[in-house]
Amino acid sequence: MSSYTHYATGDPVADTKAPGGPVHERWDTRRFEAKLVNPANRRKHTVIVVGTGLAGGAAGATLAEQGYHVEQFCYQDSPRRAHSIAAQGGINAAKNYRNDGDSVHRLFYDTVKGGDFRARESNVHRLAQISVEIIDQCVAQGVPFAREYGGLLDTRSFGGVQVSRTFYARGQTGQQLLLGAYQALSRQIAAGTVRLHARTEMLDLIVVDGRARGIVARDLVTGGISAYFADAVVLASGGYGNVFYLSTNAMNSNATAVWRAHRRGAYFANPCFTQIHPTCIPRTGDHQSKLTLMSESLRNDGRIWVPKAKGDSRPPAAIPEDERDYYLERIYPSFGNLVPRDIASRAAKNVCDEGRGVGPGGQGVYLDFADAIARMGREAVAAKYGNLFDMYARITAEDPYTVPMRIYPAVHYTMGGLWVDYDLQTTIPGLFAVGEANFSDHGANRLGASALMQGLADGYFVLPSTINDYLARHPHRAVDDHVTADHPVVQEVLAETGDRLNLLLAVDGDRTPDSFHREIGELMWEYCGMARTDEGLRKALDRIPQIREEFWRRIKVPGTGEEFNQSLEKANRIVDYLELAELMCLDALHRAESCGGHFRAESQTPDGEAARDDEAFSYAAAWEFTGTGAAPTLHKEDLVFEYVHPTQRSYA
Amino acid sequence: MALDTRTDRRPSFTGVLWRSTVGKKTAMAVSGIVMLLYLVVHMMGNLKIFFGAPDFNSYAAWLRTIGEPFLHHEWFLWIARVVLVAAVVTHAVAAYQLSRRDIAARPTKYARPSPGRRPWPRLPQTSSGGTPIAPRLLLRRRASYATRTMRWGGVILGLFIVWHVLDLTTLTVNPRAEAGHPYQNVVATFSTWYGDVIYIVAMLALGLHIRHGFWSAAQTLGANRPGRDRLFKGLANVLAAVLTVGFIAVPVSVMTGVVS
Amino acid sequence: MRLTLRVWRQKNADAPGTMTPYEVDGISPDMSFLEMLDTLNEQLILDGDDPVAFDHDCREGICGACSLVINGDAHGPERTTTCQLHMRSFSDGDTIDIEPWRAAAFPVVKDLVVDRSAFDRIIQSGGYITAPTGSAPEAHATAVPKPAADTAFEHAECIGCGACVAACPNGSAMLFTSAKVVHLNSLPQGAPERETRVLNMVGTMDAEGFGGCTNTGECATACPKGIPLFSIATMNREFVRAARKR
Repeated sequence: MSSYTHYATGDPVADTKAPGGPVHERWDTRRFEAKLVNPANRRKHTVIVVGTGLAGGAAGATLAEQGYHVEQFCYQDSPRRAHSIAAQGGINAAKNYRNDGDSVHRLFYDTVKGGDFRARESNVHRLAQISVEIIDQCVAQGVPFAREYGGLLDTRSFGGVQVSRTFYARGQTGQQLLLGAYQALSRQIAAGTVRLHARTEMLDLIVVDGRARGIVARDLVTGGISAYFADAVVLASGGYGNVFYLSTNAMNSNATAVWRAHRRGAYFANPCFTQIHPTCIPRTGDHQSKLTLMSESLRNDGRIWVPKAKGDSRPPAAIPEDERDYYLERIYPSFGNLVPRDIASRAAKNVCDEGRGVGPGGQGVYLDFADAIARMGREAVAAKYGNLFDMYARITAEDPYTVPMRIYPAVHYTMGGLWVDYDLQTTIPGLFAVGEANFSDHGANRLGASALMQGLADGYFVLPSTINDYLARHPHRAVDDHVTADHPVVQEVLAETGDRLNLLLAVDGDRTPDSFHREIGELMWEYCGMARTDEGLRKALDRIPQIREEFWRRIKVPGTGEEFNQSLEKANRIVDYLELAELMCLDALHRAESCGGHFRAESQTPDGEAARDDEAFSYAAAWEFTGTGAAPTLHKEDLVFEYVHPTQRSYA
Repeated sequence: MALDTRTDRRPSFTGVLWRSTVGKKTAMAVSGIVMLLYLVVHMMGNLKIFFGAPDFNSYAAWLRTIGEPFLHHEWFLWIARVVLVAAVVTHAVAAYQLSRRDIAARPTKYARPSPGRRPWPRLPQTSSGGTPIAPRLLLRRRASYATRTMRWGGVILGLFIVWHVLDLTTLTVNPRAEAGHPYQNVVATFSTWYGDVIYIVAMLALGLHIRHGFWSAAQTLGANRPGRDRLFKGLANVLAAVLTVGFIAVPVSVMTGVVS
Repeated sequence: MRLTLRVWRQKNADAPGTMTPYEVDGISPDMSFLEMLDTLNEQLILDGDDPVAFDHDCREGICGACSLVINGDAHGPERTTTCQLHMRSFSDGDTIDIEPWRAAAFPVVKDLVVDRSAFDRIIQSGGYITAPTGSAPEAHATAVPKPAADTAFEHAECIGCGACVAACPNGSAMLFTSAKVVHLNSLPQGAPERETRVLNMVGTMDAEGFGGCTNTGECATACPKGIPLFSIATMNREFVRAARKR
């Protein structure tokens, strides 16, 4: 039995920065209360931003526009390749251009409800308020959103809501928004206010006297490990879905930045809250290296079904209408195919578990556009979803215009992340986390088109306002006089990082990094995936330390540390997955309720829906690191709902 | 952040153009069109050879009197020659400079050149019985022969111009070399096998050069856009064909005895 | 499927490189091209060899990281990114040549990985609209006619992979540069910087050592996102206009 489960419960953690008062005034209040940095002094402050996705790119550009000096890092060869680029569907904003009853309050309400009442009201309301400014900002930057013939912006509806508030740029909204942020960042790089470190990966955090003062990063081309110093560090390094090996994340997306920060004292909140996206292309075999998402917007016009009979292997066209089960429309008549992601995913898993799945291995359901094509015409469908159809055709070699698509759920987004207060500051003063890297806004489930909204809200508007307060309260002292590479703490972090890499190279075992990544991923998908049980999670918690031990005995990393070495990069990321996986399982085990993306088989309503336990679990679980393999300490942040009262989510 | 208030002195229009690759291409396009217009007139003049020696020779003499009395004798011809030489030099210098740049920009060749246009194998039927994807996704085309031979074609044409001027303008290498009798000189040139070979090869090269060059000029000058591409490609083909046939008609006629 | 691969191996930027043959077996037609290379690398690691370095990230055709020349074609025989190319496009027993992008402006970092930071510098020199955060007017303040919005989008689709440069016999970055120029210059928001944008971006493009355009069209043929060749014509027009107007 793993001793990891004997965790202690420490003092509650409180968000001391969120002001009180009416929810719609809190952001104004906070902005007014926050101290400011004199514009002339800003250039004396350096801020490190790790990551160049929507949150990181936007934050770097905006901080530089304000006059700060920014050191920006990304592991990719260009900031434009951050994985935000792959977001397809759209971005929500409470513009109410459709006059369909939308409002800031409704977006706030939908997001809190969609998150199954596990998010902070203050944060979510702020997000909804800022959403309208994001659209203005992006349009000004030249983001080519879809427009109508009158020249005004078009919107569409998205899963989990009944208004049409999602702005989009065909199926490439994330790409267009990211390029907007990248271009803004590029302007600052040209102006010399942002110094870009591409192909440079953060490997550790430097904390001096209890404050984040810099990072240790490796130049992926030369292999050189260096320390970089700043007055504040912002992590915008994305989510940790790659723990599952197969996910819709980019191959190199990783948890190292957040996990190293966690090890240095930042609490990790709600790690078990992972989102399984219902519309991905099913896997074809063991060689599969990643899963590809098909935008959820497809559910607007596509109808999801499986055969009524088990093991019906007829081709889809041969299955008559009355032998098809449009199960989402049947179970959830008012939302139908547009139910939130967690519900759609679980329903797909259920029908496949019943033996009614389609395609190779029975791990798939149909997403059928026949009705949409009959109603709107092929041209209109192509105009709306053409690039998604092409992508599907390319991957599967099937024509989705004539044969229904096959889809299956896949890990897509992690709602959990570093615990942050209203200012997006972690429990380490001077360390901030934005975008998917933090845990703040989505609760236990994220609604479609809300990730882009949150990333940009954090990066363009929230962080650049709140970081001032920290910097103003910690008046500038020439960083280099104070913390330099000679500082004993810096020396220690540098040495630890070098040692870890050398150790990986020295093992010279007989298993590749990928083989371990696959193993931990399969374990997590099995026991900490769409449905979790006490028994399964305990099994995983027993198994993980064994895999970790085997990893350090059998890993084989070719080459040296002083060169471009992709195997070393991979192996070093897996080291962190092997620890993070353990925390995710523990968090999932301790939360003996079902909520949002976290479904505990023991906790369901008689008709199989997730059953929340608000009495026991209406809190965010923030975990404190106590050592590798040692039980972490739980700090609870109680969630208070003054405006949206927890009810059982119902999409029926 | 003074990015938007740059105050540095701005270089001239032609300076900006000549210093950039885009501008140099513009210069090539404009000079190319000047030469092309000249060639159209030149070819029409050439065809007068079919009306016999007196017509042709008096046409050649008339060329020297264009613009009189406003222009002095042969002035028009000299103006035209200056413009043409300027066009040829601009075209050639820009091409030379750009080519050097282009070759330096791609120092390494691929181990295997692109196989170019090829039929796509039929995709196998898929596991769920779906129809394979539309072939349009898979199409891949390659630049035409004309496109790939612009540089060598240009060099051939440059050499040809030198020979052509020495042959029929200065008469230095003309077998007959009788000033004032262009008809007879032309016939003399095309009565030699090498005269025919040089001329016909050069005119074929010219056709290829115009076929890509005219469309390319439309592209370089920014005249090309979605609705006009076919028009420009069509025009390029017509111009190339008409000029090639029109020019080659003369040596062929001499060879076959239609003109003698 | 059993395949013979001939892969460009180059230890680092300064070392000489060579095409090195490898055999891979057990390749499934459903594998992506990069998964086939993963298979090779797993084998190489276990054999104690250095695995082949190649850029890749999203593996869904949008990040633009993957960049292989396969049998002489940038991104291989189909019109897509390398990551979206599947082994069903090849036959059992094929010999496949795999090389990095070749261009003076894209020096090789290692094996099949090249340095494309020149593209970033082109964008930095003008590929943006100056709109500091917070300064934006209401999004509906300026209506953008749908054709202009569509043109902008069509060109904004560029993923910056560099296939255009790799395919161009002159190593020219005209298609990349023009895609961004046309995207931003088509929009009313981009109008104030219309002239400086095109002049500065073309200037940087030339300074980075890319070749000129000879209108061969190889770039647009190789472009996985279908950026049209007209894009270059439009940029040419914008450039001459800008040079005249200043």
